[in-house]
Amino acid sequence: MAREFTPKVITTNHLLSGDAVWFTVDSTWTGDISEAELLEDEAHADLRLLEANAQRDQVTGAYLADAKDGENGPEPVHFREAFRTRGPSNYNHGKQAEV
Amino acid sequence: MYKYNDFDEAFVRERVSQFKAQVDRRIDGSLTEDEFKPFRLMNGLYLQLHAYMLRVAIPYGTLNGGQMRQLAYVAETFDKGYGHFTTRQNIQYNWPKLADVPVILEKLADVEMHAIQTSGNTIRNVTADHFAGAAGDEIADPRPIAELLRQWSTDHPEFQALPRKFKIAVSGATNDRAVLRAHDVAVQVVEQDGQRGYRIFVGGGLGRTPMIGKVLRDFLPEADLLPYVEAVVSVWNLLGRRDNKYKARIKITVHEHGIEEISRLVEDRFAEIRPTFSGVDQVILREIEAHFANPTYKTGSTDGFDAYKAANPAFRSWADTNLAAHKNPDYAIVSISLKAHGATPGDASADQMRMMAELAEKYGHNELRISHEQNVILPYVHKSDLPEIYNALRGVALATANIGLISDIIACPGMDYCALATARSIPIAQEIATRFDELKLEHEVGPLKIKISGCINACGHHHVGHIGILGLDRAGVENYQITLGGDHTENAAIGERAGPGFSADEIIPAIERLVLGYLDIRRDADETFIQAYRRLGAQPFKNILYPEKAAQNAA
Ligand code: SF4
Repeated sequence: MAREFTPKVITTNHLLSGDAVWFTVDSTWTGDISEAELLEDEAHADLRLLEANAQRDQVTGAYLADAKDGENGPEPVHFREAFRTRGPSNYNHGKQAEV
Repeated sequence: MYKYNDFDEAFVRERVSQFKAQVDRRIDGSLTEDEFKPFRLMNGLYLQLHAYMLRVAIPYGTLNGGQMRQLAYVAETFDKGYGHFTTRQNIQYNWPKLADVPVILEKLADVEMHAIQTSGNTIRNVTADHFAGAAGDEIADPRPIAELLRQWSTDHPEFQALPRKFKIAVSGATNDRAVLRAHDVAVQVVEQDGQRGYRIFVGGGLGRTPMIGKVLRDFLPEADLLPYVEAVVSVWNLLGRRDNKYKARIKITVHEHGIEEISRLVEDRFAEIRPTFSGVDQVILREIEAHFANPTYKTGSTDGFDAYKAANPAFRSWADTNLAAHKNPDYAIVSISLKAHGATPGDASADQMRMMAELAEKYGHNELRISHEQNVILPYVHKSDLPEIYNALRGVALATANIGLISDIIACPGMDYCALATARSIPIAQEIATRFDELKLEHEVGPLKIKISGCINACGHHHVGHIGILGLDRAGVENYQITLGGDHTENAAIGERAGPGFSADEIIPAIERLVLGYLDIRRDADETFIQAYRRLGAQPFKNILYPEKAAQNAA
């Protein structure tokens, strides 16, 4: 039996800065996961991933990451993806330092 | 120290300009990420969780003050003001911007440094005993052969697409400080009947399938080194499993074929290629050796050192813990701890780097080393200069007296940075160090090696830690597995898994329980953790770690 599709976001690193970014409904890239497009349909997600990866002069290789619908928009599910929304735990560097 | 010749210089410059063109073509979109990736990896540029990471080679862990200053300059100008020294004696920058990387590489080339072969399926940076040239227990400084191996392996046409990466370590001492037996190939300088030669180890490695290296040749004549190592790499290059990257390292090849078969194949290949080595390598080696001559030692009284030590307990504690015996009795080897309690193991700020550079220039015959234990060494210090050095280090938070103790932890970057990680390792190291500092127990606990990796790749050497900690992802939660009884020295051993893993909340109390429990069962204050473990076996330590299980078994 095929595994049930769980919601996803498209994410990768920005080409120039290496910063973690997420793909929006408008096909732009945002540094804030809550602004990302939450993909709840598998066929649509696959199509969007192709479109995301077509922007090869913007980003490095994009992938689908599990996400859930939070109060303010998509939120990460796995701790690895959660770290990517913040930055390292040993210094106040990365995204957590920008807010 | 080795000084680039015209060839080295031109080669490194050429590589920088090639890479600059590749970066330009990536940025304008003419190269895809898939096309670009091999190029960036060839130049030490990784993509990690939050940013790019640039890994810069510090060949055999040796650098001078000017080079350390330049590392500080790069950290400050192109990164966030610090760098991370690794277990392979390299430095990693965690936040470079893609467009800056060619400029960084140019700045590094200005001081004869580069990032070539710090990644990919090539022969990587040759590592060495960090006390090389200065240690009291040394037959010969192994760095000339490390440099020879570096020159031979750099851009070697036969070895640019190996089955997997290949790591070589060298040492000239009886005490193994270079983890020789955890390397694909290791070279130990030995003497037999008054003749200098090499003992060659093969097939060691940590990671998914940890193996202790085996002796391939007990005594190899000096002049045979390059053809012999070339024969080893070449045999593996043919036999190595390219079908499965988890089985591609030479340790698996040796394991699958057996050491006798590998030895036979290597000897055959060696017989074939030995005649093609005309002896030029030995001429080059003699030239290299001249670069590594002993410094002109300073003479003078060391009474001031003794007096200062007697008068100043903090200095005495630091001197007792962080100094090692030098082959010149008026000298000491200084280990500068990059493990202040609560700090990130292996990290140094630009200010700290500059201070270490200055101390090396002023008092240390302009030499520094990076140890695989992620500390910095001043290998040549006259004892009379130690008080000044200590006080200067204190001013930049580098005078922690904890070398070899429980807070001198090796920790890989783990999931705070590394894209391959399954869990974090840095916070675990920080918390253990902070906790034992609070308990004020670490000097009483004595020599103890804790090594932490954030995934099975074992960059944090957890398998050979007296206490090893491996961070895993268990159903979406960080989980830490403890191994016991590992050893990274000439008595190398792979640690044994203690039992079920611990959550991030449980792991610090578990380590505390384990170490306090050891204090209860050791024979006396002189019996170290690893000695007690060897005497008593794993069971008493497991009982301490898992008291409920022990109680059940006893019931
Ligand atoms: S051990 Fe794993 S997590 Fe740690 S640096 Fe190596 S690959 Fe990354």
